[in-house]
Amino acid sequence: MSLPKAMMPTTWILALRFLKERRFQSALIILGVTAGVAVVLTITELMGGLQGNLVARVLGVQAHIVVKPAEDDTRLVRDRDENVSIAARVEKRAQRLRSIDQWESALPLLERAPGVVATAPVVQGAGFAVRGAASRPVVLFGVEAERYLRVIHFDRFIVSGQFRVAANDSVVGIELAKDLGASIGDRIRITTAEGGNDTISIAGIFDVGSRDLNRRWIFASQRMAQSLLNLQGGITNIDLAVADIFESERIARSIANSAGLTVESWMATNTQTLAAFANQNMTTRVIRGFVVIIVALGIASVLVVSVVQKQKEIGILRAMGASSQSIMRIFLIQGGIVGIAGAIARSALGALIVYALSRSLRNVNGSALFAPEFAFSTFASAIGLALAVGVLAAVAPARRASLLDPVAAIRG
Amino acid sequence: MASDQVEAVLRLEGVRKSYGVGTPVEAEVLHGIELVVRNGSFDALTGPSGSGKSTLLNLIGLLERPTSGNVYVQGENTAILDDARLAAMRGRAIGFVFQFHHLIPVFSALENVMMPMLLDRGRRDAEMEERARALLSDVGLAQAIGKKPAELSGGMQQRVAIARALSMRPALVLADEPTGNLDTKTANEIFDLLRQFNERYGTAFLVVTHDARLAARCDRNIALVDGRIVRDPGGTP
Ligand SMILES: Nc1ncnc2c1ncn2[C@@H]1O[C@H](COP(=O)(O)OP(=O)(O)OP(=O)(O)O)[C@@H](O)[C@H]1O
Ligand SMILES: [Mg+2]
Repeated sequence: MSLPKAMMPTTWILALRFLKERRFQSALIILGVTAGVAVVLTITELMGGLQGNLVARVLGVQAHIVVKPAEDDTRLVRDRDENVSIAARVEKRAQRLRSIDQWESALPLLERAPGVVATAPVVQGAGFAVRGAASRPVVLFGVEAERYLRVIHFDRFIVSGQFRVAANDSVVGIELAKDLGASIGDRIRITTAEGGNDTISIAGIFDVGSRDLNRRWIFASQRMAQSLLNLQGGITNIDLAVADIFESERIARSIANSAGLTVESWMATNTQTLAAFANQNMTTRVIRGFVVIIVALGIASVLVVSVVQKQKEIGILRAMGASSQSIMRIFLIQGGIVGIAGAIARSALGALIVYALSRSLRNVNGSALFAPEFAFSTFASAIGLALAVGVLAAVAPARRASLLDPVAAIRG
Repeated sequence: MASDQVEAVLRLEGVRKSYGVGTPVEAEVLHGIELVVRNGSFDALTGPSGSGKSTLLNLIGLLERPTSGNVYVQGENTAILDDARLAAMRGRAIGFVFQFHHLIPVFSALENVMMPMLLDRGRRDAEMEERARALLSDVGLAQAIGKKPAELSGGMQQRVAIARALSMRPALVLADEPTGNLDTKTANEIFDLLRQFNERYGTAFLVVTHDARLAARCDRNIALVDGRIVRDPGGTP
């Protein structure tokens, strides 16, 4: 076996040969690094996947950013039937819904706001759905189908019919349809506190996976909602979609500052979810930190043993003209190689693990709990991290090797 | 003095070496050595066990620094060199042959002979391989270039070690009991080999030996007792 013919630096030749000579130890420690990197990456991917799934669920039915009239008098719609005392207070303060002032001119400005990718005006208010003797409280959304679906992809929740809101055609939740004994094509009467009274026709039925929303939400045409809520030509909020969902809060603030409107991001209305994410991320970081330390200690201990075993060779190399610096480099390179080899070995292994988990962890309805995320950046940073850990772990053994007294080392 | 410096591959001035400095067991092993080794000479260093021969060779070979005094290699004062430059000078100017071959087991004979050149140049090139092959053929091992040290006999191992010591074409080769581990016949062959290289390349040799017959075949016999040079017939006064 001869030295590689390539123009490989002498320190690399020695590092590789030493690793190869102790191939069992080398294989073991590379395996250790592989396992460590696998744990770090798997936990990162798992968390990313789970959190992504949760965010997708939250944002499945909620706009990234909602723009409302200035001040806070729109809360009545949401809180009306929560509890009596609040309801009474709200009732008293806001006798009628308020439209966003000059929303037609605000709309193009919002569209052009940096980071915003879609906008949809919405008329939202409370009412009752009546069919025969049955009557249910509902939240009425007046939307322009095409525009609205660009902000919230609600059409994917449709279980029968289609998301069509025009003239009397409306979309209701699966629970409401069941409660009222209605199905596609049936008519439902809607009444409101504002004196509205009209009949809708069911064009589509949705199931968003939440009983409450399935029971209360109705989508109607904007014109019908405006007349039912006595809000001709007005709208109560504008829903926005942004490119980067975690930028929502920042974008919302900048819009609020410039437009003088009330602007709420999903991040502000889901602080608990985000706090839970923060806790999860902290836990992940701690686990990752421990794994990294364990891996580093493993590499360091193997290299320390190697320095002791190779003491004589180190002394001979020094006598042949190797500087203490190049001895140091030989061991740093070994640490780096072990780290990188582990990270690369894990790429295949970890991808398998995440794939297997994504196949086995499932929601109640059998759909995948999370989609595995194989981000190239994660791999790149894993390799970078493993390289750094390997080299750093090698620093102490390498220093030790470089400080060996050549005479004592040769004597053995 | 000036012409002497040009001629001397090695000059020691008042070299002392103590071990355990600052501890209760501090002991001076070499007591003010004055020594000049001329270019192309073939000198023996003899003395009883424990007299300090290996210690002296390690100082000359720049593996250790003296406690006081100066070591000049090819006229250059090594006391002022930092570790990296000392290592470079050790690699280029000095070759080592030890009592045990001290070849690196994972490398072939050829690779072992190339090692000083690899360390000096930082990476492999065609010229160094050619030179290593030529040297191995000079020591009679043209057939064994691909063998690992463990596959060679003691005499062959020592031949590889000699080829390695000469690969940087050093001005001075230090041999610490190079034949101490060999039978008489092989010892004679190895000694002849050293002598051949000395004559062919003009490389200076300083050979530690316990064998009086071999010492007698050297140009000069430096005798060390208890850390002092007690007899040096060929030395310049
Ligand atoms: N690292 C050390 N620490 C302490 N004492 C040492 C050290 N190295 C050598 N000595 C001492 O220095 C003295 C000279 O040792 P050295 O090895 O130079 O003798 P030597 O002439 O080569 O002997 P031998 O013929 O047995 O090889 C000895 O007394 C030895 O114990
Ligand atoms: Mg000795």
